[in-house]
Amino acid sequence: MDTMPRWADIALIPLINLALALLVSALVIAAIGENPAEAMGVMIRGAVGSAYGWGYTLYYATNFIFTGLAVAVAFHARLFNIGGEGQAALGGLGVALVCLMVPWPHWSLALPAAVIGGALFGAAWAAIPAWLQAKRGSHIVITTIMFNFIASALLVYLLVNVLKVPGSMAPETARFPEGARLPSAYDWGAWMGFGRSAPLNVAFFVALACCVLVWVLIWKTRLGYEIRAFGQSEPAAKYAGIRPVRIIMITMLVSGALAGLMAVNAVQGEAERLVIDSVQGAGFVGIAVALMGRSHPVGVLLAALLFGALYQGGAELEFEMPAISREMIVVIQALVILFTGALDNMVRGPVEGFFRRLRRGAA
Amino acid sequence: MTIMKTLLGATAITAFSALAASAEPGLIIDLGGKFDKSFNESAYNGAQRWMEETGKSYRETELQSEAQREQSMRRMAESGANPVIVLGFANASTLEKVAPDYPEVNFTIVDMVVDQPNVQSVVFKEHEGSFLVGVLAAMASDSGTVSFVGGMDVPLISKFACGYAQGVKAFNPEANVIVNMTGTTPTAWNDPVKGAELTRAQISQGSDVVYAAAGGTGIGVLQAAADEAILSIGVDSNQNYLHPGFVLTSMVKRVDNAVYEAFAAGEDGSFEPGIKVMGLDNNGVGWALDENNAPLITESMKATVEQTRAKIIGGEIAVHDYTTDGTCPAY
Repeated sequence: MDTMPRWADIALIPLINLALALLVSALVIAAIGENPAEAMGVMIRGAVGSAYGWGYTLYYATNFIFTGLAVAVAFHARLFNIGGEGQAALGGLGVALVCLMVPWPHWSLALPAAVIGGALFGAAWAAIPAWLQAKRGSHIVITTIMFNFIASALLVYLLVNVLKVPGSMAPETARFPEGARLPSAYDWGAWMGFGRSAPLNVAFFVALACCVLVWVLIWKTRLGYEIRAFGQSEPAAKYAGIRPVRIIMITMLVSGALAGLMAVNAVQGEAERLVIDSVQGAGFVGIAVALMGRSHPVGVLLAALLFGALYQGGAELEFEMPAISREMIVVIQALVILFTGALDNMVRGPVEGFFRRLRRGAA
Repeated sequence: MTIMKTLLGATAITAFSALAASAEPGLIIDLGGKFDKSFNESAYNGAQRWMEETGKSYRETELQSEAQREQSMRRMAESGANPVIVLGFANASTLEKVAPDYPEVNFTIVDMVVDQPNVQSVVFKEHEGSFLVGVLAAMASDSGTVSFVGGMDVPLISKFACGYAQGVKAFNPEANVIVNMTGTTPTAWNDPVKGAELTRAQISQGSDVVYAAAGGTGIGVLQAAADEAILSIGVDSNQNYLHPGFVLTSMVKRVDNAVYEAFAAGEDGSFEPGIKVMGLDNNGVGWALDENNAPLITESMKATVEQTRAKIIGGEIAVHDYTTDGTCPAY
């Protein structure tokens, strides 16, 4: 069974995939007449070369940890939740309502309430597709992606007609009151060089806590065992007395709640108000993060950091090298997703072969 | 952690030295695209004109989504750009949050008032310019029915519509003015297909002059009007050249002048925070006449509209501004 050492599986293969993706990106950049080495340098410096860059890289990474964990939890039950986008959007609504409805005296009270609000709304948005899957067998891929569109339309309606500040022209809520604003990295990390601009905020620690909690849930609890058993084989799980409806519902509710938590970072932490399209595709990036992280919280954390760096580096690249347009950045990010996610087996075969030969040589 | 600290400290120093070295002005192009042939393009042209005349460079970035406003604004300010110009009312709440963090950077916002000590707010009297093209529309119309296609349904666009309707009614009190908006979200600024659809619907109701105040959506409006052989009126930039013979005129809003002047003021240190109003009197708004629409504008039209212009500047005609009370006397 073990054709190659564990470190090769979890570290070497993703790294080779990443290197291949960057190589192809370099070719694309060269093809439009820009210097790939320079572009790569701008991206790396932009993402991790300054406190400013770190502030944004970790902020994006926080988003991706939440959505990545959401997808990862569902993967363990062999459920493909691609509704992270909609669940996070609804989570934003929950967080915004919590922050606007109650005059919070201090953020330390507002944060737990917003966590509950975001998680509840996210979970509620996942509940209907989960129920349809559990009871009717409607495929979760189809229903969750449809719910993304419903979520987007619902939020546009609410922002334009209900939540908009009267007299204001922009479709966005009022800015959250002082007591509901989370301390940013500037408030607690100024000694590390973070400036006022850093969008990184305490939600990052919530994300790290979620990594630990997901690890405990999946590997240290009875429920986690049931989820994994169900994911491995539904008939076997049934035979062992595990109820599929219960597992599907619980897994999807947890998944939706995790996606909804993203809003604590993006809506409460950074924007401090709800705007249209507050998720910005993080729900979909979460899929790539979970795939690359092998659905393990540590893997998700590392993959989220990589994608956070890619996002921030990409933004910087677009800013510093105007010849490289926003669309080019999307191409580079897409290549990374393609190689780390979809083309994983392309690298896996040769690497396994290499280790087999190595072992034969040693023996 | 100490390595991290030194590393970050070192980069912070490089960041600051970069800040001191360059003081190029910065322009953030808003949603809808740089080449929308309208609002954004006008701003871009102003920046280009400044660049050609001074031989200096400026920084530019283009927004792709609502949620990016803050990062773009901060990035621009951090990069040492000064002054930083943002386009459109949608930036107001973000700028209100960002501007206090960069007291040494001057910001200019077009189309909205932000009350901060380092922000200059440039607003236009769009209702006055729209009144003029309304008069022209009424004179050019045979059917007595003219129409308006707005972008996003916000008070600012109703200001255009209301000024236009007042102009039409001033020349022909019996005229019928149809007003439609494309949508309620920022995507309404870049939906030429919907713009063309609305125009066709208005034509079926008898309209023979259509005025578009809809950013990139207006391209579809002007196209549909040309296809159906009726007259159209462009907005923001001079759009007469798009369909010569079919574009009656354009209500030009000199966003380019606003950008140019802000760049120049940043250069010679004469930047003044506060509200700057650009109207007919200081050529902030107006109507466009060039070789593309000259055959469409008769001498009497030209005389009437110039007379009206003088009367508005002189205060003889008071054009109602929709945004002051949210109502319009003309529809």
